[in-house]
Amino acid sequence: MPSAIVNEYFRTKKLPQIWCPGCGHGIITRAITVALDKSNLNRDKICIVSGIGCSSRATGYLDFDTLHTTHGRAIAFATGIKLAKPELTVIVITGDGDCTAIGGNHLIHACRRNIDITAIVFNNNIYGMTGGQYSPTTPKYDKGTTAPYGNIDKSFDIPGLAAAAGATYVARATAYHANLLISLIQKGINNKGFSLIEAISDCPTYYGRKNKKGDAVDMLEWQKKYAINVTAASKMPPESLKGKFIIGEFKNTTEPEYTDEYQKIIDNIGKE
Amino acid sequence: MSNKEEVTEKLVINKEWCKGCGICVSFCPKNVLTLKDGKVDIADIEKCIECGQCELRCPDYAIYLRGKKNEK
Repeated sequence: MPSAIVNEYFRTKKLPQIWCPGCGHGIITRAITVALDKSNLNRDKICIVSGIGCSSRATGYLDFDTLHTTHGRAIAFATGIKLAKPELTVIVITGDGDCTAIGGNHLIHACRRNIDITAIVFNNNIYGMTGGQYSPTTPKYDKGTTAPYGNIDKSFDIPGLAAAAGATYVARATAYHANLLISLIQKGINNKGFSLIEAISDCPTYYGRKNKKGDAVDMLEWQKKYAINVTAASKMPPESLKGKFIIGEFKNTTEPEYTDEYQKIIDNIGKE
Repeated sequence: MSNKEEVTEKLVINKEWCKGCGICVSFCPKNVLTLKDGKVDIADIEKCIECGQCELRCPDYAIYLRGKKNEK
């Protein structure tokens, strides 16, 4: 018998999962179920939508109403679900490539609309499923199979992008900081509007091996060592943040939500 | 489910799901765990303080605390 959380929220017959040994995606997927468990929502009113990629395999393991869609289009499908049934809690599971490259436009417009969807971006800095091509979050000068001499593109800061595009809840944690991740996902779900939580994962098979980052343990140790909480970072001089990355809650605001605004249009037309 | 399940008074290990990544072994603050034949194994259960760090970070759901909530 698996643990209570896994037994309750996973399609246990589909386990063990397909991800590589030490892949952080399993940690993040469990964190989502713990956050949902703590949120005390009606299970039949939750829909989890994913796109394509390693991250998007997660929906296959989760025992909810789930939708595994096409590449980059998880947010587009989720938008349709939310508009058709605004009473649902809609969660999107996506990856760095799925969300910010193939689905980059869906992302920015969902942020701009502030539609009540919670997107969790599993960022492993690479296209894992297709063999280690560099993605929009592969750090500059790091290697991928399509960048054997190093990637010269500057990487996306996903929370910065989402906040600038208008998302009302934006946060970041890592697979190592799983408890923080759970609390941030919970807050994202509670936010009435578009929430984006970047979950830094680890890909020991492609990103790790290509860039000599060691095994899964070394990569989680890296997350532990180089992550600085946003509150601590605000009190530190900029030079001491060099080489570090910030985790925690970046934005938490309240703005009109898209399906509410849409309903107002419907109500006003009805009066005429 | 699995005949490779190892149940102790504090922890349950499912060796069939374990892929031997070593995350639980490394982040256990009390060195309770070890790897044996490529799978997680218990080195010293007496030291276990049931903090749940192993369960929190096991990507394969192959180790968890045998707390009351897990005995449904």
